[in-house]
Amino acid sequence: MLSRTADHLFWMARYMERAENLARMLEVNYRMSLLPQTRAEATDNWVALLRIMSLDEQYKERHGAVTPDSVLRYMIFDDANPSSIRSCLRATRENAHAVRGTLTSELWETTNACWLKMRSFTPAAMEETGIDAFFEWVKYRSHLSRGVTIGTMLQDESLRFIRLGTFLERADNTARILDVKYQTLMSSEGEDDGGSADYYRWSALLHSVSAFEVYRKVYRDMITPVRVAELLILDANMPRSLARCLKEVATNIAAVGNGRSAETGRRAGQLEASLRFGRIEDVMSRGLHAFLDEFMESIYDLGGRIADDFLIPTNN
Amino acid sequence: MTIKKFYNEMADAEGGIREQYREFAAWLSSMSDERLARKRAEADTLFHRFGITFAVYGEDAGVERLIPFDIIPRIITAKEWSTMSAGLSQRVQALNAFVHDVYHDQAILKAGRIPAEDVLNNAQFRPEMRGVAVAQNVYAHIAGVDVVRAGEGEFYVLEDNLRVPSGVSYMLEDRRMMMRLFPELFSSNRVAPVDHYPNLLLDTLRSVAPMSLDDPTVVVMTPGAYNSAYFEHAFLAQQMGVELVEGQDLFVKDEQVFMRTTRGPKRVDVIYRRIDDDFLDPLAFRKDSMLGVAGLLSAYRAGKVTLCNAIGSGVADDKSIYPHVPEMIRFYLGEEPILNNVPTYRCRDAGELSYVLANLAELVVKEVHGAGGYGMLVGPTSSKAEIEEFRKRLLASPERYIAQPTLALSACPTFVESGVAPRHIDLRPFVLSGKEVRMAPGGLTRVALREGSLVVNSSQGGGTKDTWVLEA
Repeated sequence: MLSRTADHLFWMARYMERAENLARMLEVNYRMSLLPQTRAEATDNWVALLRIMSLDEQYKERHGAVTPDSVLRYMIFDDANPSSIRSCLRATRENAHAVRGTLTSELWETTNACWLKMRSFTPAAMEETGIDAFFEWVKYRSHLSRGVTIGTMLQDESLRFIRLGTFLERADNTARILDVKYQTLMSSEGEDDGGSADYYRWSALLHSVSAFEVYRKVYRDMITPVRVAELLILDANMPRSLARCLKEVATNIAAVGNGRSAETGRRAGQLEASLRFGRIEDVMSRGLHAFLDEFMESIYDLGGRIADDFLIPTNN
Repeated sequence: MTIKKFYNEMADAEGGIREQYREFAAWLSSMSDERLARKRAEADTLFHRFGITFAVYGEDAGVERLIPFDIIPRIITAKEWSTMSAGLSQRVQALNAFVHDVYHDQAILKAGRIPAEDVLNNAQFRPEMRGVAVAQNVYAHIAGVDVVRAGEGEFYVLEDNLRVPSGVSYMLEDRRMMMRLFPELFSSNRVAPVDHYPNLLLDTLRSVAPMSLDDPTVVVMTPGAYNSAYFEHAFLAQQMGVELVEGQDLFVKDEQVFMRTTRGPKRVDVIYRRIDDDFLDPLAFRKDSMLGVAGLLSAYRAGKVTLCNAIGSGVADDKSIYPHVPEMIRFYLGEEPILNNVPTYRCRDAGELSYVLANLAELVVKEVHGAGGYGMLVGPTSSKAEIEEFRKRLLASPERYIAQPTLALSACPTFVESGVAPRHIDLRPFVLSGKEVRMAPGGLTRVALREGSLVVNSSQGGGTKDTWVLEA
């Protein structure tokens, strides 16, 4: 398959996944902001979110003060923000458009329809219907797109590059969401009395990665920070965990392997093995933030290597 | 002033329904207005959802629009088609023979049948192609010949599009849409299928591979997703099951063309390019072309790759060469032309120019190198001011224009805001030339939706219709 085609498929999937994760991240922040808290705490949550997306500087330049409404608009509608949900869905559609002949007509139509609908949303209309409904919509579009992909695409290279994009992006996003929430949650640990506010904060985080019911099922116990981290990092049965994502990434790289991708395959495999055989005690004793930081570095490295080996190869 | 007397495809002069439309007319009169309106809305929704759109240049740049689709088909009888297809085949064979000749022996010029300067000084004449051997001696593998009807059995060729003719995807999608909306029509009428066009096209492209390779790799080459005909490029590549490439996907090494794939370089043998000569190779043509492939021309001249259509085919579809086509048919095939040519005045000839200037209100004036219905004057439907404006342009550079009498294009009943009313149409059949000449029955019917308008181009507000050739 053409390298450029693979590149478009990979990014089509990444942007769709990114839009979904963004909706999840905004949703959890929004939910948390509804809990009783000081104004400063509320602002901190939004600042942390901008920082984890590396958008704090750009936001400040364009909008100044951090208010929930303004951040939400910026992260959902702003065309000047390349990471806004709107920008992500447009990029999804543009990448799909560039390779529409490679997609099944169902997948193309799903992707195109999603963008047409997004284009018709306005902030005013969203206030009408409620922001929760909008986040739900984004998530369901992503579910739909994934379902149509798996349900209609031939199981060949194209599907492999789509899956690669999905899981690489998801690994990055789960790591980010965990990192930012863990930090803000632990920093308010001072007055932690195991009270109800804390319970809601942790459960909001679990909800944001569709892991609340899963947690209950797996642990049948109190929600504790360490277990949340364990579930989202090491449990390969959990579809949004780092371990699961890396398993998929490693499998798909192995499946498309070519003459020069051996090192990339090795690194993906090594990272996957470190999660598969990792223990949460070791992660925590190193420090969760340091661990996630290094993990995100590795994901970035893999992304670059995939581009070099498959997507934008230098001549011949 | 509008064209008053024209041939109506459905109704005869006495107001009766022509034989080929009887079944359809009966069906139409049995349909309620609401049902028809619903079906038309359904068609619009489907076209939008499928993304069957085209991009518009100029004002509203970047906007994607639908080409309006009309649900009343244009119906051609088997007898008419058999004449027309014979005429098309004859014409395209002569045109291919002509292109081969002008790049080799130039027999037709030596014989004085066509003035040499008309050919050799033509901007579309590519000296790079002199003496270059091309597979099967075919240059215009895909020709889109525009045909209009002026009366019973009276067909004229308006243009031979031999460079990168587009529209065939609409021919195929219009048929699919009709079959989806009104399947019952296809059981009561014996409509010749057109779905196999992509197979014919792939077969044609494979038959012109260099060195008669057994399993040549064919690709479709597009300028990119922002080109007005991108939908068609993607559609044809998908229907043929071949890669859709851009210039950046290809590179030339040792005069061989390769595409960059996820498994390394793969050799390419036949390129169905939907990109103009000028942009093909920055080393040979326009230096600023970001769309082309450096070294492509040298690979082509070395016979390592086939370009469809060939570089330099445009020398035969230029409007200043057009008047000579009947002579080509006589010269190369020793036959009389089956299809008519429209009498053409070349404005660079002083005598013809003065005739044109005196009769602007009756004539159609076109740019020699124009396409897409841009920069043309239709005298009878233009205002005095428009005519005067055009007169200035003509006087400033007469060599850039030709003029033709305004043909009374036939009209076909069409759904418009006021109901069903006749609108002028043309027909673009797609003629494929490889080892043999083949075509899908019919072609793309374009319709000028504005009342009285004779300009059918989609860029000028034209629409399309499904085209039926009835089987005998």
